[in-house]
Amino acid sequence: MSKIKFTRKMLSIPYAVFMILFVVIPLLLVVFYAFTDAEGNFSLGNVVTFFSNSTNLNTFVISILIGVATTALCLLIGYPVAMILAKKEYKFGGVFVMLFVMPMWINFVLRTAATRDLLFWLGISGGEQPYSATMIGMVYNYLPFVILPLYTTMLKMDRSLIEASMDLGCNKVQTFVKTIIPMTMPGIVSAASMVFMPTMSSYVISDVMGERQISLIGNTIQTYFDKSLWNMGSFIALVMMIIILITSFMTRNVEKQEDARGSLW
Amino acid sequence: MVKKIFAKSYVALILCLMYAPIFVLIAFSFTTSTLIGDWSGFSLELYTSLFKNKEIMEALKNTVLIALSSAVVSTILGTLGAIGIFYCKKKVRRTFEFIGQIPILNPEIVTALSLTILFVFLGIKFNFITLMIGHIILTIPFVVLSITPKLKQMDSNVYEAALDLGAKPSTALRKVVIPEIIPGILSGFILAVTLSLDDYIITAFTRNNSFQTISTYVYGVTAKKGALPPTLRALTTIIFIVTLVLLILLNLKGKKKEVRR
Repeated sequence: MSKIKFTRKMLSIPYAVFMILFVVIPLLLVVFYAFTDAEGNFSLGNVVTFFSNSTNLNTFVISILIGVATTALCLLIGYPVAMILAKKEYKFGGVFVMLFVMPMWINFVLRTAATRDLLFWLGISGGEQPYSATMIGMVYNYLPFVILPLYTTMLKMDRSLIEASMDLGCNKVQTFVKTIIPMTMPGIVSAASMVFMPTMSSYVISDVMGERQISLIGNTIQTYFDKSLWNMGSFIALVMMIIILITSFMTRNVEKQEDARGSLW
Repeated sequence: MVKKIFAKSYVALILCLMYAPIFVLIAFSFTTSTLIGDWSGFSLELYTSLFKNKEIMEALKNTVLIALSSAVVSTILGTLGAIGIFYCKKKVRRTFEFIGQIPILNPEIVTALSLTILFVFLGIKFNFITLMIGHIILTIPFVVLSITPKLKQMDSNVYEAALDLGAKPSTALRKVVIPEIIPGILSGFILAVTLSLDDYIITAFTRNNSFQTISTYVYGVTAKKGALPPTLRALTTIIFIVTLVLLILLNLKGKKKEVRR
């Protein structure tokens, strides 16, 4: 036997080393690159370039707007679906949720291209209407991500509270606003965060649906990546991380249910 | 009653919309016309040309290869990590739980860029290993997330009992802990495979440019040239049928287990 006594904690060493090497250090490098120039000297040049470049700022605003619009549309369409499926009298709710998730197993680029071909057949071409085509593609792609967390929170919802609110004289609208929405808030928040960030940052859907006419933050980072301009790319990545940090800090109190995200799968 | 019908038809309508692109693609995989919506008679030609298309077959092989190999490594590393960290002191555990959240919260493009910068910084050329690392980082947090709840549910005295009865720690782990958390390990593995199969951004950043997966291949042809090449319709059909069969099998197996219990 070796001198070092085996404990269960030691099992985590490879994982810990791996995570530090490939998650923590790369992030520190991003921060380092964001505030240095190509020669490695400290500089705020990236900050200045970013905020003085109107194309970059436009891209940023458009990305956020598309993100917000997609999230809102997904919630508007997905909330009623989840609510109907979570009803007790609906025996096959679980099966239907599976059906909603199943398209996600088909490669996502293929699925997006399929949507584009169908829209083209219906007369909506990404070349002429890049924004509507992109929005349709995004809502189509992210809808399952909204339905699942909402469905799981609605299953856990205490139904007697809804009855109580009706008994106490609330009408249907009041009951919905004052009891159902607050009770499903964790699901709404986790659904929204699962849609907002990827829509804002992924460039695949907008490239395929909008025939490369729309540029999102993801495109900007990718362009800098192609040109090997790591410093500028890092700065934009850092800005995105700060946005996430702020949003996750704001939603931390609501999203106490830690399994809301994990239960997607 | 009217409300019920209305509710049901709403769900049905959304479901139809979700499946419309896929079903249209499947229908038009049995004809040879280049454009969707233009039926030129039934034919299986797209299927034969799909299997003859070396580029697509290579991409398919690569996709499966990277998905399976990264999922295996990710599951092993993640399982050991989840067990080890679960028994660490609270501070260490909290720290690693936080680090594990980073790749989930960060948009994929940030993860991809940060890894790329690391490899560039270290002067490492992009190859299969860098791509593997990218996919492991993408999937490992989800493996850990699907195992940790099982560890929480487990009776911690069982491991101690095994040790008291004379089992070596490694035997106790193998015979007591692993069997308890095996459902979590399996679902973690399946999740890792699905995430890896579907990935585009991390693959695009960390691969060697000659290495094509289905995602990068399809992106390459559609983002530049427009419509999906007809042979890919046949591929979609095959992927759809394979996932349908796999899902039904997995569900039947789950049902059987429930019945036994």
